[in-house]
Amino acid sequence: MTPEYELDTVLAAGESPEHPLPFKELGLLPDEFARIKQILGRRPTSSELAMYSVMWSEHCSYKSSKVHLRQFGEKVPPQAKDILLVGMGENAGVVDVGHGLAVTFKIESHNHPSYVEPYQGAATGVGGIVRDILTMGARPIAVMDAIRFGAAEAADTGRVLPGVVAGIGGYGNCLGLPNIGGELAFDPTYLGNPLVNALCVGVLPADGIKLAKADGPGSHVVLFGARTGGDGIGGASVLASASFEAEGERRRPAVQVGDPFAEKVLIECCLEIFAADLVTGIQDLGAAGISCATSELAAAGTGGMDVDLDLVPLRDETLVPEEILMSESQERMMAVVAPDKLEEFMAICQRWEVTATVIGTVTDTGRLVMRWHGETIVDAPPGTLANEGPVYERPIRRPYDQDALNGEHGNGLPRPKSGEQLRATALKLIASPNLADKSWVTDQYDRYVLGNTVLAQPEDSGMIRLVESPEGGKQLGIALSVDGNGRYTRLDPYAGAKLALAEAYRNVATTGARPLAVTNCLNFGSPEDPGVMWQFAEAVRGVADGCQELGIPVTGGNVSFYNQTGSTPILPTPVVGVLGVIDDVERRTGQAFFGDGGLLYLLGDTADEFGGSEWAHVAHGFLGGKPPKVDLARERLLADILINASRDGLIDAAHDLSDGGLFQAVAESCLRGDAGVRLIVPDGLDPFVFLFSESAGRAVVVVPRSEEIRFTDMCTARGLPARRIGVLDILESAIEVQGQFRIPLLELRSAWTATLPGLFG
Amino acid sequence: MTFPGSLDDRDALRAIRLAGAEPVLLWHGEKWLSDVQAVVLPGGFSYGDYLRCGAIARFSPAMESIVDGARNGMPVLGICNGFQVLCEAHLLPGALIRNDHRKFVCRDQRLRIERTDTAWTNGYQPGQEILIPLKNGEGGYVADQHTLDELEGEGRVVARYLGDNPNGSYRDIAGISNAAGNVVGLMPHPEHAVEDLTGPSVDGLAFFTSILNSLVEQA
Repeated sequence: MTPEYELDTVLAAGESPEHPLPFKELGLLPDEFARIKQILGRRPTSSELAMYSVMWSEHCSYKSSKVHLRQFGEKVPPQAKDILLVGMGENAGVVDVGHGLAVTFKIESHNHPSYVEPYQGAATGVGGIVRDILTMGARPIAVMDAIRFGAAEAADTGRVLPGVVAGIGGYGNCLGLPNIGGELAFDPTYLGNPLVNALCVGVLPADGIKLAKADGPGSHVVLFGARTGGDGIGGASVLASASFEAEGERRRPAVQVGDPFAEKVLIECCLEIFAADLVTGIQDLGAAGISCATSELAAAGTGGMDVDLDLVPLRDETLVPEEILMSESQERMMAVVAPDKLEEFMAICQRWEVTATVIGTVTDTGRLVMRWHGETIVDAPPGTLANEGPVYERPIRRPYDQDALNGEHGNGLPRPKSGEQLRATALKLIASPNLADKSWVTDQYDRYVLGNTVLAQPEDSGMIRLVESPEGGKQLGIALSVDGNGRYTRLDPYAGAKLALAEAYRNVATTGARPLAVTNCLNFGSPEDPGVMWQFAEAVRGVADGCQELGIPVTGGNVSFYNQTGSTPILPTPVVGVLGVIDDVERRTGQAFFGDGGLLYLLGDTADEFGGSEWAHVAHGFLGGKPPKVDLARERLLADILINASRDGLIDAAHDLSDGGLFQAVAESCLRGDAGVRLIVPDGLDPFVFLFSESAGRAVVVVPRSEEIRFTDMCTARGLPARRIGVLDILESAIEVQGQFRIPLLELRSAWTATLPGLFG
Repeated sequence: MTFPGSLDDRDALRAIRLAGAEPVLLWHGEKWLSDVQAVVLPGGFSYGDYLRCGAIARFSPAMESIVDGARNGMPVLGICNGFQVLCEAHLLPGALIRNDHRKFVCRDQRLRIERTDTAWTNGYQPGQEILIPLKNGEGGYVADQHTLDELEGEGRVVARYLGDNPNGSYRDIAGISNAAGNVVGLMPHPEHAVEDLTGPSVDGLAFFTSILNSLVEQA
């Protein structure tokens, strides 16, 4: 203990009502502080103040977003209610996938810490989301990540990106979780605010769900895992809830440090504990550490808890109660264990050499009481910490420049016309950082571990086998895709959010899986800016409406505000993850083109849509107009066709069309399968529009000649436009657009693969 | 064999099962090897490996028995981290250091099988080229000139990388054996290439059918 430290107790708080407390420095507003005093009937102790400040931070309380996020619950489509075992509000949503199995998945941001300390920020982002999944009672089985950085050639991107990628890899690889995909995008607005969104998916018996609640007076509260140290103190409130400018260095100690080996052991230990049914409730320690775990467990359970903070195992003996309560040391969990199960619980922890300590007891007093050195330092109703934080209806205003932005449609931008110009455009686009080969990143992630990875990046979605059937039976699996497009969302947040959802949905269906549920990570600027709040409200409405139209529920997610540098916010970036299920992973469809003579079909309608496109960005550095039209009924139809075609063996390959348009998709599939193709521009379509438009609701598929009639009949019967646009030519080893240009695969590959290694070494 | 930080132990179990043998999980804290006839040390990070890969694992109770067994001719295959453990335990010469490009690398790697008379590679043709996953952060095989010459001279280089050297290993060495040929260390992962569905090929399966063959022949 530092010599000048003076313990503040509940007794002292009653006796010294005017004792000054640094509530502003902890991020609380005067009104919020007044409310705390009203709740307690006295001033808070400094420990209570620490707890309220972190629990009422934007990051933990969702105070600016709550009124909007309610839509996700209210708009759950009726057909989704049967599969939704756990919805919004728990650590992660859980859906029933049949065969007695359930799947839980969630995406979460770790943006601010990853800017300050890229490696540890990204690493602990993975660690945090994995613990959320574990907490539901599930074995984590895969991770994905959606990451965004400033301009690729910017000096600071060269600092942040390699660290983030190494951090994600370093932690995930050491946990033994395959990384099966994600996103990488660059835009100057992310320079001071990179986005690191990590997704984890886990599997559990449908009847084995664990919840975060402290039920049963007399049950033990056990803290287990790593010891509590001084890292990440106040991370939640200081880092995640206020934007920072050039203060990164000073705040460095607020970023947590990860120990993946400890987490790996913790996972195995927890799974053994779950299998033996030894806990009544469990919560991981993430943002706001012990403050959050104790108050949430107590609030959701019988209602009270007594905790002796002296018993918390410490890494640093000089920590004082306020610090112990706020510490965000990683790899810790808190369980509620009935007295008759404690011995067995402790035995399993010992086998895995995991430190486990009883630090408290569940009570029915309705109070969360904490003691330290024999003095009572916290005595508060847990619900007021966990659930009854402030809720704000922040002012909302359509940004002044929104009309101007939409009005500058960019139709006058010079377009390539000749074959030679189109060829140059194709090569320039494929080599641009957003469209270039991502192997430099994904080769740093283990995609093989656990031996169930059926598809991984760069496929349209990652796919994992859940049920292994060596006798040749059906092998149940899941597919996952995460997508977002900040430029579309900037142009129209409602449509942009729907487009992100549509793309992830389409990606899942492209691989042959049926979309089932949604998670989302909403990355925005400051909620105190009415323009940003408008973007946020519109985007939430877009995701909620979109899910309703697609008939799939939002099961959870995360909001990250204050992603801005000075007064300049990032592009509004809702990142949407869609989970799908596939009855038999043997029937999946990959994106690699193969099979000589296979027929290339373009599904969906192609219009002249270049608002927010990769072409406008790369060729002209231009952002304006409207994003592509989104038609979710069409997306459903397209998905049905893709899933049926996959199941019935009517297609050899499929790839969704998104950023960069048709040429990009065809090029990626040709390079993946090392197969050439001859393309014919359909009648009535301008070659430039055909090749580079980003119209949504489209995919390209390879149909073997023997299945052509069955396939086209199905599309005709269902009313899905399908146009034959070319044929695979294995010997050709080039992409030839008839009458326009020809690019050998060798040239294409070198343009595509050189970019990221050239930038990042 | 499962250390607390083993990651590919389930994959190794699956590969052994697909090869037709009966896999048994061994626990790092137990000395007794039950009655297993061969041991696979899987990939992963045994005890976290913050010190040096495999440096702590070699002192585990189970490793004592494995070292004894290996010296008495029991077949042992160390994959990736398992290879690192075997080097640390001095069952194999040399060491594995951080990749020369300083990054973790995961990719499908072409190899040439150079020695086919070991317990683990008798199912391959001499010089056979195979494609199996490689994934490591510290996979650069190093040894002094004398040791390298000795390995080459005695034909103990079991597999060599083809194409770009992925991690800076001396003489493109991907795997080696001890003099007797019962202990093999390999940096790439044959257990990830045993099913068409999940691997880049099924070229890895022969490591596991090889051991079964050699055990059956002995019996």
